Amino acid sequence: MTQTTTTPDGRQIGGVLMDLRNITLRFGGVTAIKDISFDIREGEIRAIIGPNGAGKSSMLNVISGFYVPQEGEIWFKGHRRGPMKPYEVARLGIARTFQNIALFDGMSVLDNIMTGRLNMMKAPIWSQALWWGRAEREEVENREQVEKIIDFLEIQNIRKTPVGRLPYGLKKRVELARALAAEPKILLLDEPMAGMNVEEKEDMCRFILDVNDEFGTTIALIEHDMGVVMDLSDRVVVMDYGRKIGDGTPDEVRNNPEVISAYLGVEHA
Amino acid sequence: MQNAEAAEAGLQSIPALLARNAERFGNRPAYREKEFGIWQSWTWAEAATEIRDLALGFLVLGLNRGDHVAIIGRNRPAHYWAMVAAQMCGAVPVPLYQDAVADEMAYVLDHCGARFVVCGDQEQVDKVLEVGARAPSVQHIVYTDKRGMRKYDHSHMNALADVQAEGRAAGQRLGHELDARIAALGYDDTCVMLYTSGTTGKPKGVVLSNRNIIETGRNTAAFDHLTEREEVLAYLPMAWVGDFIFSVGQAYWAGFTVNCPEGAHTMMTDLREIGPTYFFAPPRVFEGQLTSVMIRMEDASRFKRWLFRHFMEVARRVGPALLDGKPVGGLDRLRYALGNLLVYGPLKNTLGYSRIRVGYTAGEAIGPEIFDFYRSLGINLKQLYGQTEASVFITQQPDGQVRSDTVGVPSPGVELKIAENGEVFYRSPGTFVEYYNNPDSTASTKDAEGWVATGDAGFFEEATGHLRIIDRAKDVGRMADGRMFAPKYVENKLKFYPNILEAVVFGAGRDMCTAFVNIDLTAVGNWAERNNIAYASYQELAGHPQVYATIKEHVEAVNESIAQDPMLSGCQISRFLVLHKELDPDDGEMTRTRKVRRNIIAEKYADLIAALYDGRDTVSTRTEVTYEDGRKGEIRAVLKIEDARTFPTRTMQKVAAE
Repeated sequence: MTQTTTTPDGRQIGGVLMDLRNITLRFGGVTAIKDISFDIREGEIRAIIGPNGAGKSSMLNVISGFYVPQEGEIWFKGHRRGPMKPYEVARLGIARTFQNIALFDGMSVLDNIMTGRLNMMKAPIWSQALWWGRAEREEVENREQVEKIIDFLEIQNIRKTPVGRLPYGLKKRVELARALAAEPKILLLDEPMAGMNVEEKEDMCRFILDVNDEFGTTIALIEHDMGVVMDLSDRVVVMDYGRKIGDGTPDEVRNNPEVISAYLGVEHA
Repeated sequence: MQNAEAAEAGLQSIPALLARNAERFGNRPAYREKEFGIWQSWTWAEAATEIRDLALGFLVLGLNRGDHVAIIGRNRPAHYWAMVAAQMCGAVPVPLYQDAVADEMAYVLDHCGARFVVCGDQEQVDKVLEVGARAPSVQHIVYTDKRGMRKYDHSHMNALADVQAEGRAAGQRLGHELDARIAALGYDDTCVMLYTSGTTGKPKGVVLSNRNIIETGRNTAAFDHLTEREEVLAYLPMAWVGDFIFSVGQAYWAGFTVNCPEGAHTMMTDLREIGPTYFFAPPRVFEGQLTSVMIRMEDASRFKRWLFRHFMEVARRVGPALLDGKPVGGLDRLRYALGNLLVYGPLKNTLGYSRIRVGYTAGEAIGPEIFDFYRSLGINLKQLYGQTEASVFITQQPDGQVRSDTVGVPSPGVELKIAENGEVFYRSPGTFVEYYNNPDSTASTKDAEGWVATGDAGFFEEATGHLRIIDRAKDVGRMADGRMFAPKYVENKLKFYPNILEAVVFGAGRDMCTAFVNIDLTAVGNWAERNNIAYASYQELAGHPQVYATIKEHVEAVNESIAQDPMLSGCQISRFLVLHKELDPDDGEMTRTRKVRRNIIAEKYADLIAALYDGRDTVSTRTEVTYEDGRKGEIRAVLKIEDARTFPTRTMQKVAAE
């Protein structure tokens, strides 16, 4: 827990934040994840890669607590974690974005991001209905935080636009904003660049790095774009058919023969 | 006489005006900026404190008298403060275009020898660092937005807020030095240096003195009765002389409020929230707004469309006359009032023009329909004619004498004369001091008596005394048979069609005129959508046969209108093509202020021009393009060339220029 390393670009990476030990996940007869162990350290950008069907999204769902593995242990901040309700996960400081955008289409960008702060609002329902006293104070405080995130992600111009009217790349950014609004310790990104054009990808990369740098948020991400993964992440886990076949820095992974044969070298010829 | 007044009152510099404003308008807002979704404001007294702290901070960092301080960033109060703070220290502020690429920046930074650079954000800092050794004079970078800056080597770098904090701490130690420097500022000392974008060659640094700026500010504030109650929106590039005059010169003279939008993308929302009383925009902003209104009306219900059309017809008939104070019948007044209630009022509110008292447009010719549209709504939109070397104002239109085809009468204090070849010359209190480190250019532009060549050809209308501009003097040429060739005159007529974004006309020394046309993706794209025309790219849409047919109609309509003018009838377009890419400043085809660079285009597209003149029907070409991040790519295309009908010259009375 005490070891700290500094990356070449000057970021501090701390001790282990989350430790996954011998995780096995089955759906009926299908084993999605087979005995995988790895850890995520505080302040790092950790990527999970692998071909289609390798079990990446399942892994992310295990981390987020949505799936409960049949075997194995999850340690978070030095405590073993049992099965949890989604809101309990959120309170622990884990936030995520989805591969298929999951926003409220009819609501404005601002309102969507505000939902990310639901856990911080404690005012009783009558107070919220009347918008008086504690509810008003909380709303103002939370709006302030949300505005900081809006400024950070440069989406001021669409603040009041209904999400349904936005192009894909911007929706992804709004989803990131909502996840950030929860002020997470650890942020899970499920294919943040999927379906984006080069410019949108570049923007997204910059935002992910800035989030990590500015807020010190630990980030675990799944991504298909190898260039992006190799540039962004500090360490990479490689999965194939539910097994872990590689784990290390981007360079180590890139030169791992098993990884090359499974993924990088013979990608769906 | 009034000059002497200003000088006697000790108002010989922008910092002196600031001190006066802090005293006289202490509690009135000087700056507003929308940040985190809320308009933050600073009174003149608060702004004076902020600026003083920053100036003290600059002294701590060792800013000397006569140093140049480059400022690169979007319109933010902090950047205006940096300019005035630099002036307080006896240094010269040099605002630069924030969208300039590192190469352009290197030239300017090196040319002015800037020691300090104030950058808006990380992006600008990166560019200055990239320039590095090519501008060896740069010693210190100050940045406004701290985001992403933590990892940088800070041995020669500071956040602006930290510089202010240091300045505040050093207030007692350096206060006297700063006061002495402010007191030493003279009427003829340099106020600001602005680089002209230049349609040809390298940019030139135009040196404007305190006299230039303050007298221009005072004269023009009086011309339009500007008071401390005006609200302006500062959204045009800070490196452009107009922004300096409106947001600093006039604002400090009259003491009005400068509002900075949240960012370039939010400009339209912010415009609506602020509702400026005094507003400037280049024609393309008005064009863009009108296009978006029309597109949205197309999608409205039938009743709304009828209502809109009916009352816009009333407005067209009655509006301009009402605005000019001409007599209008009682029934028409009633109709207009009803229209105002139902259509004009809500429309103006949507556009953000509810409170406009004075609006200006300049830079390019504005289409008569566009101009009349805004005027008929009751918006006092006027034209002015100016340039950087004149501290903007050369001519402007007085209230009640506004027309779309003239640029008005000489501004107060400006003398005008027209040379033999039609070129317009002026002399004014705002006339620039010199081009920095470029005595040759200074001498060739400004003669010993202070007359400056505008480079534009024009004439005075005898009946009204208003100036009319035809074209750039050097672009006005002759065709092979000696007929007059004025490309911009034709291009402007073409650009008045919403479908046409840009046009470039060729024909000097040739026997006929030809043109490149750029379609407007917003207008044409919307038309395609409504007509179920599928397209995958700009290039495909531009080459679509129906688009060609529409453009051909426009070209022929323009030919017909040109044929009415015996002097310019040779400029009718015989052949044209629709370009496969938008002309772009990043490719050097236009200036940053979006004026076409004829020579560069002629050189780059020589193959296309050749095809226009050798009678071919199609031409295949490759074009190099530069992406926003500086990488290069290539577009290949086969372009169709279309013939257009020309019309015989109407032999009417001679009405044109002398």
